[in-house]
Amino acid sequence: MSPSQPFRKSQGGRIDRTRTVAFRFDGRRYLGHPGDTLASALLANGVKVMGRSMKLHRPRGVLSAGAEEPNALIGVDWGSGNIPSIRATLMPALDGLVAQSQNCFPSVNFDLGRALDFTHRLWPAGFYYKMFKWPSWRAFEWAVRRTAGIGRLPDGTDGTRYRHLNSHCDVLVVGSGPSGLAAALEAGRRGEDVLVAEQDMAFGGSLLHDSMAIDGAASDDWLEATLAELDGMDNVRLMANATAAGCYDHNLVTVHDRSAAYRSDGPVETFHKVRARRIVLATGATEQPMLFGNNDLPGIMLAGAVHAYAGRYAVNCGQRVAGVVNNDFGWHSLLAVHDAGTPVRAVVDTRGDVERELLDAAEERGIAVHPGATPLTAGGSSGVRGFRFVAANGTTKQVDCDLIAMSGGLNPTTQLYSQAGGKLRYDERRHCFVPDKDPADLDVVGAASGRFDREHGSIVRPCTVAPVPTSRQWVDFQHDVTAADIELAVRENYVSVEHMKRYTTAGMAVDQGKTSNLGALSLLAQLTGRSPGEVGTTTARPQFMPVTMGAIAGNRRGDFYRPAKRLAAHDWHAGEGAVFDDYGAWKRPAFYGDDRAASIAREVLAVRQSVGFFDGSPLGKIEVKGADAARFLDRIYVNNVLTLKPGRVRYGLMLNENGVVIDDGVFVRLGEDHFLVNTTSGNAERIAAWLEEWHQCEFFDMRLVLSNVTSQWAVATLAGPDARAVLQSLPGLIDLSTASFPHLSFAAGQLADGAPYRLQRVSFSGEQSYELSVPSNRAASIFERLQAAAGPGKLVPIGVEALMVLRTEKGFVHVGVDTDGTTNPLDIGFGAVVDRKRRDFIGARSLARPNDRRTDRRQLVGFELLDRNASVPAGAHFVTGNDGERRSEGFVTSACDSPTLGRTVGIGLIEGGFGRKGEEVLVYDSGRNLPARIVDPCFYDPSGERMRA
Amino acid sequence: MLRIPCPCCGERDEAEFRYGGEVPGSIPQTDVGDEAWADYLFARDNPKGLVHERWCHSHGCGQWFHVVRDTVTHRIHAVYGVGEPRPVVDCSNESQADGGR
Repeated sequence: MSPSQPFRKSQGGRIDRTRTVAFRFDGRRYLGHPGDTLASALLANGVKVMGRSMKLHRPRGVLSAGAEEPNALIGVDWGSGNIPSIRATLMPALDGLVAQSQNCFPSVNFDLGRALDFTHRLWPAGFYYKMFKWPSWRAFEWAVRRTAGIGRLPDGTDGTRYRHLNSHCDVLVVGSGPSGLAAALEAGRRGEDVLVAEQDMAFGGSLLHDSMAIDGAASDDWLEATLAELDGMDNVRLMANATAAGCYDHNLVTVHDRSAAYRSDGPVETFHKVRARRIVLATGATEQPMLFGNNDLPGIMLAGAVHAYAGRYAVNCGQRVAGVVNNDFGWHSLLAVHDAGTPVRAVVDTRGDVERELLDAAEERGIAVHPGATPLTAGGSSGVRGFRFVAANGTTKQVDCDLIAMSGGLNPTTQLYSQAGGKLRYDERRHCFVPDKDPADLDVVGAASGRFDREHGSIVRPCTVAPVPTSRQWVDFQHDVTAADIELAVRENYVSVEHMKRYTTAGMAVDQGKTSNLGALSLLAQLTGRSPGEVGTTTARPQFMPVTMGAIAGNRRGDFYRPAKRLAAHDWHAGEGAVFDDYGAWKRPAFYGDDRAASIAREVLAVRQSVGFFDGSPLGKIEVKGADAARFLDRIYVNNVLTLKPGRVRYGLMLNENGVVIDDGVFVRLGEDHFLVNTTSGNAERIAAWLEEWHQCEFFDMRLVLSNVTSQWAVATLAGPDARAVLQSLPGLIDLSTASFPHLSFAAGQLADGAPYRLQRVSFSGEQSYELSVPSNRAASIFERLQAAAGPGKLVPIGVEALMVLRTEKGFVHVGVDTDGTTNPLDIGFGAVVDRKRRDFIGARSLARPNDRRTDRRQLVGFELLDRNASVPAGAHFVTGNDGERRSEGFVTSACDSPTLGRTVGIGLIEGGFGRKGEEVLVYDSGRNLPARIVDPCFYDPSGERMRA
Repeated sequence: MLRIPCPCCGERDEAEFRYGGEVPGSIPQTDVGDEAWADYLFARDNPKGLVHERWCHSHGCGQWFHVVRDTVTHRIHAVYGVGEPRPVVDCSNESQADGGR
């Protein structure tokens, strides 16, 4: 334990030295100060190794001081779980925080996984495409899944509360560096609604560690005054710990707000959907690493990051610094670091023409300068011990150092810009991609626009592959992609930037290549003799930074994920012992009782022998009313609507324009100009919307209104030989005798207690059956009265599963189960109905196509297994041919163990089925071939006498 | 995520709408040939630039209407009712038509 923070400078920094925070990293306790990030506090305590690379498990230290961090990804215990892959560079050092390194065993300092590194020649780019092939991928999968990936998934219940908020503003400023704050100030003073999103915990960007003169004032004073003024404006909102993660059409920006994510009393993450009239991107620029041997050792950092740790956090990252740079921004950082008390020994610059001003500044400070040098390699294995390079005169030299501060130049942070539709241009002189063509209502300011303050007009040299064949040069730190991997990709002709990226996985790690994409594509350009501008960049997609899944889901989890529809009489069913299941969006009784199979059989037999009761409330009910209602529905249905008489019911099919069956059900003529359309239970909303679309978009000259009344009416279905007797005992109903109320009749009226009812005699079970509709709020009471009227135990409640058995025995089609997206009405035996209708209807023209008339189409048939004791599930295939050339001719769509018939029966679609009645086929299921005979789909009461009784 | 000006309700978020695809041609007579019928069913222009498409304010007034949208810039140039004539859209100042994604 080292609570003394030995690498903390004695003064300076934006930390609160009057207070300390204590946290644990890998079990050890460390101290830091409020204002520290986890990374800065660990550096202050001399912790160099913070993580292990994904593939080769190489020890890695912190590279950066911001969002681009590829190495210092840690797991954090907070709330009720562990959050993986948090950037230590953005994570505030909080009192009581418990954090762990990732991807290592047994510890981050000694990781057995490093064996992968020592055998790295076995794992070049694309190795997984070449290995793991023999005997099969499955032999390796287990081991690979265990090895690959970093971090630990949280388990248990997520204790964080997630919410979504919609925000609107005139100006959204992303980033709070000097340019962002200036833009916010300007807009704020104009009285515009301004929102500033800053992903860091503090506002100020580079001003937090760097000082310069702004508007004639020292930058510290300017920052303080600006923040005070913005704070005082009611029209300006400043959000810290808030990452703008994605930019979408019409200026929608998502902002992941973690400002309350680490509260001890119930953490909250907020996902803002910000709609801005104008977006100002002040996202800054990201410093790029340099390419040389072993450039991934802990103790090699970006020069700007060394500066940030020195200036903002008062941390000495090393004692003897060597700078490796190719640009003036790197120089600026190094000089500032030196002046802040971290001695810089030497600057190795790849440029021969370093500005006089810089050379003088170095001489003043006693810093050795090596212009025109070629970087070779960093010494050391788990830390830096010296740096070798080839000087301009060709001699190899060594600098003694324990920290290498490198700067490969700045690259504008343009991910959001690209997502908004902005175009980038390659800037030769500064070797980076800069915004070129701004989309409407979006401005890029500051470094993000390619205007860097510390340029001094000199150029940046692209990194080149240095002549060090023995040591590896890392391009992508997190995914362990080296210059040699990119060379291999080129050798194997993956020369498009998209192919190279996927083959080597450069830029595909958690950091999305913020410090590696430019390097990788520059190498690709160099190796293929093109300019980086010709090679181009890959597309940056949301999210800019990882966003927790919870934040994206918001409160749409648990019961809110997909709110269930409950029947009006849900509790009544529960009281009857119903076991509920999901049918579409509805929770419906699947069966009643404990034993599934026995319950279903009991319920089926009740309907066949006495009377069953079914809650059919979700049945779709759409009213169509108006002078042209009949004409409209005649266009909708395959069946003839015009000839239907008021008070009568007819079964109908609906097709889409392609002639495919999309729904079926009965329709009722309530009056001359008034119809009730019944749809399949799961389809009510879809069909209602579909009818509305046809009426509004195509048949808008027809006079009618559509109204979906599905949930207004609860439906009690009574089916079975005793159904009439039980129902007739309900006072107030009409005479139900077949003479006065035959099959396919409809009546409406009032029950004795004044409740309105609608009654139709239709059957999905094949038995005498009545569907009684009452207002939904009367559902439970009417069910009870029916039960009482029948006598104790006489009226058996049946669930959806029993109904499915009943209709399968009867061979009734269930659209969407026995039909698919290719089934037309001819395929299910409605050819005669189609041909009888002389008028146009939706889908009619499609049914005249030769393909729709083929006789070898899959057609609906029934089948019986020859073995009376065998059973098959839906989905089993009808197969023909010998073992060598077996072919599927279709499949079972519905099958059941029929309690009525004492055997398995089913229906299915099979090629040319209508002409194959009596033929024997094989039904293939899970390795078994069961002989079956093709028969008529109706297994029970084919003449329909029971239904019409 | 678009902002769509519903003719009845004003500008609302895309999440409130249902997309209905490109405005199709009028339904051919039943005696149309197979090829022309297939063309009506399946062929769409899918232009880079201005497209006339159907939207329904399904979580609002429930009305279907037509939108003229630039598929490159996503700018919405006009909305008009079903059955109304196509409006003349001036996109002469859309020099950035290729400047989007």
